[in-house]
Amino acid sequence: MTANEHAPELLPLGVDGILVRFARTLTEEANTRALGFRNQVEDAAIAGVTEVASSLVSVRVGFDPQTTNRAAVTNALSALIKSHVIIDASPRRLWRIPAAFGAEFAPQLNEVAALAGLTPEQAIADIEAATVRVIAIGFAPGQPYLGMLPDHWDLPRQSELTDSLPRGALITAVRQLIIWAADAPTGWRHIGQTAFRVYLPETSTPFAFEPGDAVQFQGVSDTDFRAIQGNTDTNGGATCEVLR
Amino acid sequence: MPVMTIHSAGPGLTVQDLGRPGWKAQGLSTGGAADPLALLESAALLGVKPTGAVIEMMGFGGTFSVSEGTRIALTGAVMQADIDGDPLPHNATHFLPAGSKLTIRGAQKGVYGYLRLAGGILTEKIMDSRATHLTAGIGRRLRSGDELPIGPDKDRMRAPQKLPPADRFAGGMIRIMPGPQTDFFDQATQEAFCATQFRRSLRGNRQGIRLAHDNGSFGTTGGLTNVSDLIVPGDIQITGEGIPYILLAECQTIGGYPRIGSVIPADLPKIAQAAPGTSLNFKFLSVTDADATATSQDAALRALTKSCQPMIRDPHDIADLLGYQLISGATPGDDLERP
Repeated sequence: MTANEHAPELLPLGVDGILVRFARTLTEEANTRALGFRNQVEDAAIAGVTEVASSLVSVRVGFDPQTTNRAAVTNALSALIKSHVIIDASPRRLWRIPAAFGAEFAPQLNEVAALAGLTPEQAIADIEAATVRVIAIGFAPGQPYLGMLPDHWDLPRQSELTDSLPRGALITAVRQLIIWAADAPTGWRHIGQTAFRVYLPETSTPFAFEPGDAVQFQGVSDTDFRAIQGNTDTNGGATCEVLR
Repeated sequence: MPVMTIHSAGPGLTVQDLGRPGWKAQGLSTGGAADPLALLESAALLGVKPTGAVIEMMGFGGTFSVSEGTRIALTGAVMQADIDGDPLPHNATHFLPAGSKLTIRGAQKGVYGYLRLAGGILTEKIMDSRATHLTAGIGRRLRSGDELPIGPDKDRMRAPQKLPPADRFAGGMIRIMPGPQTDFFDQATQEAFCATQFRRSLRGNRQGIRLAHDNGSFGTTGGLTNVSDLIVPGDIQITGEGIPYILLAECQTIGGYPRIGSVIPADLPKIAQAAPGTSLNFKFLSVTDADATATSQDAALRALTKSCQPMIRDPHDIADLLGYQLISGATPGDDLERP
């Protein structure tokens, strides 16, 4: 692969923004580069830059047109891209989140396991063994897209939409997991339940996750899970370890 | 603390301000007033900061009273309004005495009307803003019987002002700029889009509006799989059925539908204020020309403040002339000490 194939596209996104796009399809490499580049741009503190947001394969750099302009920000971003700084793309934090997988809390676990060629027990073991990353946040405030699960989890969305899901539902499609936070229909399948709230608007830290965070799920019995649900002292029994 | 009472509320009343910028990475769009220009207009009229919270009224107003007299301004959609039967000119300041009833009716032009009180609405801030964000579950629609804390009017004696409204209620030609996915649509599709006469359909809310047209559909070049990517308000996304939606203040932050371009911020109030059936068509600006239209809220507010004019009422139009204190030297006595 040549250096040119690796060069991201710099594109306009609004009169006050530039999108740096690393790929047109989702790959782990493009996502890692996007997450790393977001940190790089934030650390560079480019004059006039107001906001740096990353998505699955891209980073939007917002700027204040009164104090800078597209050409100046484009030059600064191009210099950063060419600088070939080694970016530490390892996670800054590791979340461990309890999840229940009993039939009552995981209505589509059996179906998903069959689609992935696994027994339900193997499917739970896969999820518990995986350390997934927050590859993007969106659709609903704070809602994480977590990836990537092993290849046999590359399952399409179901065509029938599920009208609503409980908050904290663990759902899956296309090698990803979501801790559900939206009030909307979805085609992802419901395979577990957390008591974790990704979005706490009334607190000083309204969003649990930052893009790039690592997440592990720890299976608990339905009884233990109900106790966690009833305990308001913690956020769903989750812990957060700072790694670097 | 003085309060405003909502005696009857239309179905689309919310507290709004200029929103919560800076949370896109966490999945929260800026939100805030659907027509931010109307907030700058009312701030200019009242001589107050534009950041104070207002009542946004989608389509219909309501009836209101205050426990302490305050100046008010009505901007945005043109809605017939009166205080105890005395009609109020639009885009102007008025004095609402304590206990009087302010009635704001349905929109005659536009969609989103705004009621600003000089001291602002003082509901609790959440994440440094008072804006209701319905899709994010912040705040709720206002209801009949609600009482909202309001700030005192610190400049009650300020002369009434009026402002010629920037007409943005009739749709027409909307300027758009290319975005990251414009070239997912081939040249012929882009040209067809710009040659099409669209109408604002019945479907629309603070998240976005849907466009109706009779010109086929606007698909992307075949075979492209789109990965979900970042969105900004103004983006025109084309759904799987080829139907265009224009995204507004409360849009999601990422989305998978391809976007043919983005309405420039200067023209976005025309989209928000286009009532169902309003004609809309689009033309591309170059990125350079689009960038040249960018303006800051501070600069826009300064320009609007300069355009304000004193409002002189003809005594013939004042129904209860004798009810006013026409000769007055009496003041509270502490005017000079007050901040």
